[in-house]
Amino acid sequence: MPESLTKFIFGRLTLESLPLHEPIVVVTFIVVALGGLAVLGAITYFRLWGYLWREWFTSVDHKKIGIMYMALGLLMLLRGFSDAIMMRLQQAIAFNGSEGYLNAHHYDQIFTAHGVIMIFFVAMPFVTGLMNFVVPLQIGARDVSFPFLNNFSFWMTVGGAILVMASLFVGEFARTGWLAYPPLSGINYSPDVGVDYYIWALQVAGVGTTLSGINLICTIIKMRAPGMTMMRMPVFTWTSLCTNVLIVASFPVLTAVLTLLALDRYVGTNFFTNDFGGNPMMYVNLIWIWGHPEVYILILPLFGVFSEVTSTFSGKRLFGYTSMVYATIVITILSYLVWLHHFFTMGSGASVNSFFGITTMIISIPTGAKIFNWLFTMYRGRIRFELPMMWTVAFMLTFVVGGMTGVLLAVPPADFVLHNSLFLIAHFHNVIIGGVLFGLFAGIAYWWPKAFGFKLDPFWGKVSFWCWVLGFWFAFMPLYILGLMGVTRRMRVFDDPSLQIWFVIAAFGAVLIACGIAAFLVQIFVSIRKRAELVDVTGDPWDGRTLEWSTSSPPPAYNFAFTPIIRDNDAWWDMKKAGYRRPLSGFRPIHMPKNTGTGVILAAFSVALGFGLIWYIWWLAALSFVCLIATAIGHTFNYHRDFDIPASEVAQTEEARTTLLVAEGVRA
Amino acid sequence: MTSTAITAGSEPVFHLEEEHAHAEGGSTMLGFWLYLMSDCLIFAMLFAAFGVLGGNYAAGPAPKDLFDLGLVAVNTTMLLLSSITYGFAMLTMDKGRVGATQGWLAVTMLFGLAFLSIELYEFAHMIHEGATPQRSAFLSSFFTLVGTHGLHVTFGIVWMLTLMVQVARYGLIKANRRRLMCLSMFWHFLDIVWIGVFTFVYLMGMLR
Repeated sequence: MPESLTKFIFGRLTLESLPLHEPIVVVTFIVVALGGLAVLGAITYFRLWGYLWREWFTSVDHKKIGIMYMALGLLMLLRGFSDAIMMRLQQAIAFNGSEGYLNAHHYDQIFTAHGVIMIFFVAMPFVTGLMNFVVPLQIGARDVSFPFLNNFSFWMTVGGAILVMASLFVGEFARTGWLAYPPLSGINYSPDVGVDYYIWALQVAGVGTTLSGINLICTIIKMRAPGMTMMRMPVFTWTSLCTNVLIVASFPVLTAVLTLLALDRYVGTNFFTNDFGGNPMMYVNLIWIWGHPEVYILILPLFGVFSEVTSTFSGKRLFGYTSMVYATIVITILSYLVWLHHFFTMGSGASVNSFFGITTMIISIPTGAKIFNWLFTMYRGRIRFELPMMWTVAFMLTFVVGGMTGVLLAVPPADFVLHNSLFLIAHFHNVIIGGVLFGLFAGIAYWWPKAFGFKLDPFWGKVSFWCWVLGFWFAFMPLYILGLMGVTRRMRVFDDPSLQIWFVIAAFGAVLIACGIAAFLVQIFVSIRKRAELVDVTGDPWDGRTLEWSTSSPPPAYNFAFTPIIRDNDAWWDMKKAGYRRPLSGFRPIHMPKNTGTGVILAAFSVALGFGLIWYIWWLAALSFVCLIATAIGHTFNYHRDFDIPASEVAQTEEARTTLLVAEGVRA
Repeated sequence: MTSTAITAGSEPVFHLEEEHAHAEGGSTMLGFWLYLMSDCLIFAMLFAAFGVLGGNYAAGPAPKDLFDLGLVAVNTTMLLLSSITYGFAMLTMDKGRVGATQGWLAVTMLFGLAFLSIELYEFAHMIHEGATPQRSAFLSSFFTLVGTHGLHVTFGIVWMLTLMVQVARYGLIKANRRRLMCLSMFWHFLDIVWIGVFTFVYLMGMLR
């Protein structure tokens, strides 16, 4: 075949692009391929494809989409954590002239992939999944405002994840750090496909994230049950609202800045180059204008989780509901006024640095208020130390440390010393693991019974809990110390042998965390096996306070047979106290959206488009773009997107629940 | 309705007995507004980039060497007129007149196409003179900002075409009215963005 034709068909994709010379990657590939084949084989063997496609992939049910988001997050957590433990191992052994076991080319990709995956494809799907599942239930709605858009958003997130995963085996990933600063990420210094994988993976996923943000804002504003005023919304719904406002007001910035970087790389423009008037620091500014709100996008929903959990397991109304809401709003606003603290060393001068230092410190006030509110909620409460509550207490103890080191870093002179050191790494892992991840585990343990109708096994949950919490402290406290000693981030080898012991301790911590993840997987497995024992028929296993506990577990497709009327911000608690009785008759047909495969198809074309752009396969890019637009337009010609669940079916579903409740001896 | 349900009688009422099927598309306008604001933010970033880089000519051509304000004024007129004619399309839509609505949409589309043609002519002319997007950071940010707006107009025209087919096929049904309303907001939004471009890029560029 003539070379020009090969080039036309495959772009810059050649056999050499496959990392066959990297034994670690090859072994990983074989393991992943075998695992993948086993899963695909099992699905085929048990004839589950039709079921998965009809009931899950094409589903517009917010609960199923939420669960799929969580599954994606969990899967990607395994990948992101593999990167983490590889780095910990490398740093623990690369002393005394040893090069460790990772070459620089590979190591640089690993730390970049770790950051990108953990933020965009672990934390974001987890958080979005939780919001998707819980928010409509908490506000007494039957679905989100735009159910199809919700499905499409999810698949776009999956599309981004697929591109990142593809980079492991086809070509390579960026070697730039997770924010891909130019000029390093420019075409001159990163001529290969790594940064292009980064750009298009994030662009594809970013579309999904922005749209899901719009969707959830509309849902919360427009679809609340009658009587639920803004100040009667559960705190988790409030924090979700603020988070989605942040998403809509910050992800377009990421889209824009990555587009400019892409233009620099593909068209040869001069936004962030060193020549022809380009300005690399503009990239750093713009990306942190997205990046700082992003960290609050991650943590705010978990603040909501902790609020729900604390008040439920303390058996008390949340202390300071109003202050909690306003603290959330203040954090939302302030998160836009602090971006420059990520690069005080840019040299913007004392006045600018002082402004951003002070705004940063001010954020600790509403956050501190929240901590006190949780503590006062627990005070004189009848606390039940179930798993979600354990995570919450661990969060409070851990997160406070991370918060304080954050305030420390907000002082510009201190930051000049600690900038880009392991102290910073310890700080943000302290708040992201101690806050986001602990919160997610609390949330998963808390809402799992709602999603599946049985509780998670507490023993393995506790094993996971202790491994995670201790593992975190072992893994990151040494990094604070090393950071104070001046060790910078992203190092592959070290000269000073006296540092090694700290890295060994950190690696031990990472191993503990690995056990924590394993125990979590075992917990899920064991719980599924023991589901008959752990079953919850009532739909309200924790004696909950908010509306989601009023319906069955798992909730029916329509969530609520009748739209509830809300009189109090602990709506379900109020209903229980006022002698609520489940309606047993008078059911009516319920209007619901239809499933559609368009979301999957659109996302598939987006992945193909991204892949074509990454490898300069222009025909593929052009073709998939045309298909993308055509499919989207075609979809708008479908005017019949809804159907009615007949009253008889609703009655049947509710009747079945009544029978179960009676059999359990619970008052129907 | 809600308040009476809550206070009626002494027994508390916990759910709606009678439910009006929840109005389809009830969130669409809000959702589309939010989308527009997110898009606005993308433009805000491009304006900011132009603000930072707009003076970095790198010893290349400056606005005074490149811009033909007369041409841009004609171009601006095209877009502003297209907004007015879209307004007429909406007025006739409210009266339920399918033919007139289609007619005004067609006129709007022609103005949009005129705008795009003039813009492409301007771009081609600049590139012909060596003022390419690669030449300087000023030109990079100029082409990106103005070009992104142009892409939006292109997308709006494709959308308009689609809607015209749908109106022809299904008439001015509720769903189509809602879609025309969304496109209307989109179209006027692009007009407003263009006024920003005209002012900050062209007029103030000439003063630089």
